[in-house]
Amino acid sequence: MAQREPGFETLAVHAGSPPDPTTGARQTPIYQTTSFVFDDTEHAASLFNLQVPGFIYSRLTNPTVAALEERCAALENGVGATATASGHAAQILALFPLMSPGDNIIAANKLYGGSINQMGHSYKKFGWGATFVDPDDPDNFKAEITDRTKAIFIESLANPGGVVTDLEAIAKVAHDAGIVLIVDNTMATPYLCRPFEYGADIIVHSTTKFLSGNGSSVGGVVIDSGTYDWFQNDKYPSLTSPAPEYHGLTFAESFGNLSYTLYGHAVGLRDLGASQSPMNAYLTLLGIETLPLRMERHCANAQVVAEYLKGHDAVSWVSYAGLKEDKYHDLAARYIPKGAGAVFTFGLKGGFDTGIAFVEALELFSHLANIGDSRSLVIHPASTTHRQLTEEQLIAAGAGPEVVRLSIGIESIDDILADLAQAFDRCATASSG
Amino acid sequence: MDHDTYTDDYIRGILRETRTIGLVGASANWNRPSFFAMKYLQTKNFRVIPVNPGLAGQTLLSETVFGSLSDIDVSVDMVDIFRNSEAAGLVTDDAIAIGAKTVWMQLSVRNDGAAKTAEAAGLKVVMNRCPKIEYARLSGELSWNGFNSRVITSKRRRM
Ligand SMILES: Cc1ncc(COP(=O)(O)O)c(C=O)c1O
Repeated sequence: MAQREPGFETLAVHAGSPPDPTTGARQTPIYQTTSFVFDDTEHAASLFNLQVPGFIYSRLTNPTVAALEERCAALENGVGATATASGHAAQILALFPLMSPGDNIIAANKLYGGSINQMGHSYKKFGWGATFVDPDDPDNFKAEITDRTKAIFIESLANPGGVVTDLEAIAKVAHDAGIVLIVDNTMATPYLCRPFEYGADIIVHSTTKFLSGNGSSVGGVVIDSGTYDWFQNDKYPSLTSPAPEYHGLTFAESFGNLSYTLYGHAVGLRDLGASQSPMNAYLTLLGIETLPLRMERHCANAQVVAEYLKGHDAVSWVSYAGLKEDKYHDLAARYIPKGAGAVFTFGLKGGFDTGIAFVEALELFSHLANIGDSRSLVIHPASTTHRQLTEEQLIAAGAGPEVVRLSIGIESIDDILADLAQAFDRCATASSG
Repeated sequence: MDHDTYTDDYIRGILRETRTIGLVGASANWNRPSFFAMKYLQTKNFRVIPVNPGLAGQTLLSETVFGSLSDIDVSVDMVDIFRNSEAAGLVTDDAIAIGAKTVWMQLSVRNDGAAKTAEAAGLKVVMNRCPKIEYARLSGELSWNGFNSRVITSKRRRM
């Protein structure tokens, strides 16, 4: 008899969290400890040699953090995961097994602004290069690939929103070149899109956003599909050649398709140290239990708000792939049919000062620099996160003076609409008075 | 029987009724997968008897290495095959001859003809899997390193 495959909602509650084997505690306990005792020196040696699984020190592995890792791996249908201190740490850790000094990645130019900064500036300090291309045409990636290119990096649904990426076409470009496709699936979440189904090899998340869901915990995770054959070429020597500090062990030989995740813990977290705390992992596990329910409401509310704004006199444009006439509507129907997410931008007639006035007039929306909270959030990029840029740079970054970014929460839709309406009214009164 | 997927109950049943494993293709090199598997399974109270004609008579992880399965002087419940798919055919014949209850072929090893022969002789067959990984997966230990065990349960976990 075939075994039943649990549904997504069941995985969101249960995966990684069976009852505690010692106490029977049903909710996953917070293992707030730095270290774990060895049975004896032979046990310790086996642990350090990676010959038996077990806990040594919470920089490497921790039971609460491991529960989060398994939960995330299960939701994305991957083989394993490595949790990190933040989404940005996940991006570094995802590349760490793949890159050497002099190597480069090709990344979409439509990414979270912080990722563009990290890749464009800080990666240089590791000797890593990053070239940015417009992801709307998958051939743009192909044109930039060199023999030192080790990965393509994209967001499935790109922050600040509206942009849906053609995962399957870009996966093909990566695989034709014998390199991996890394997808940041933060904005879509595995509830809306599962990039491994379209050929992605590695997924990263900022769990800070919809996965933790309550704006409580910064965190990240790297998930391996387990399907990339590391020995197909000689591009990834960290996995396919002997590791001197492990007495000549070759990760991909000894551990097969578990090797990338094991390397992430045994080398990545060991040396970069960007581990997630057990407390944050616990809060994120709690959040994930309700991910399917929240995403349903986030998307339903966002769709109503986008349609409302589209019909509003004070609004010049709305960039939300859930709108029929949107440029990305067809890609959205293919990759995120359950909803177009909850984060998007729109343009206010009137420009910079109106943007500031609008954001300040909102009462229910919180003015802050995060997304994916259960609360509705707003930011005026030109006067905050993108303040240092010239007007020309602002427009190129999709953060022109008239642009407002919303992250729609799960409050009553009538209250969200009423808050927007009163803010429009106050701006109109201010500019006519 | 379908050898593309196995139920957890089938794998668990085999691991529970196995005490002695003949490991064919044993290596003395500590970072070979067969060495990892032998060492791990020993910590789970399996007796693992290594088989490798090139190492016959030597001692590996406190066990004497035998030149062939038929040389082993105790009864063997399961034969674990660390050889290529073709070689697995003859090893399977030996496994049947010594009265093993299970033939287990390692990750990437698959020989459907040998599987049919073994099943006709009343043996259970697992192909393209690793008993170390399956034991760790079903007992929850694989999850400790962030791996997806694909086990969902509200009971305290036991192998
Ligand atoms: C799409 C995306 N990726 C990555 C990050 C970075 O994550 P973190 O802030 O958790 O480091 C963010 C954060 O805003 C994001 O929106």
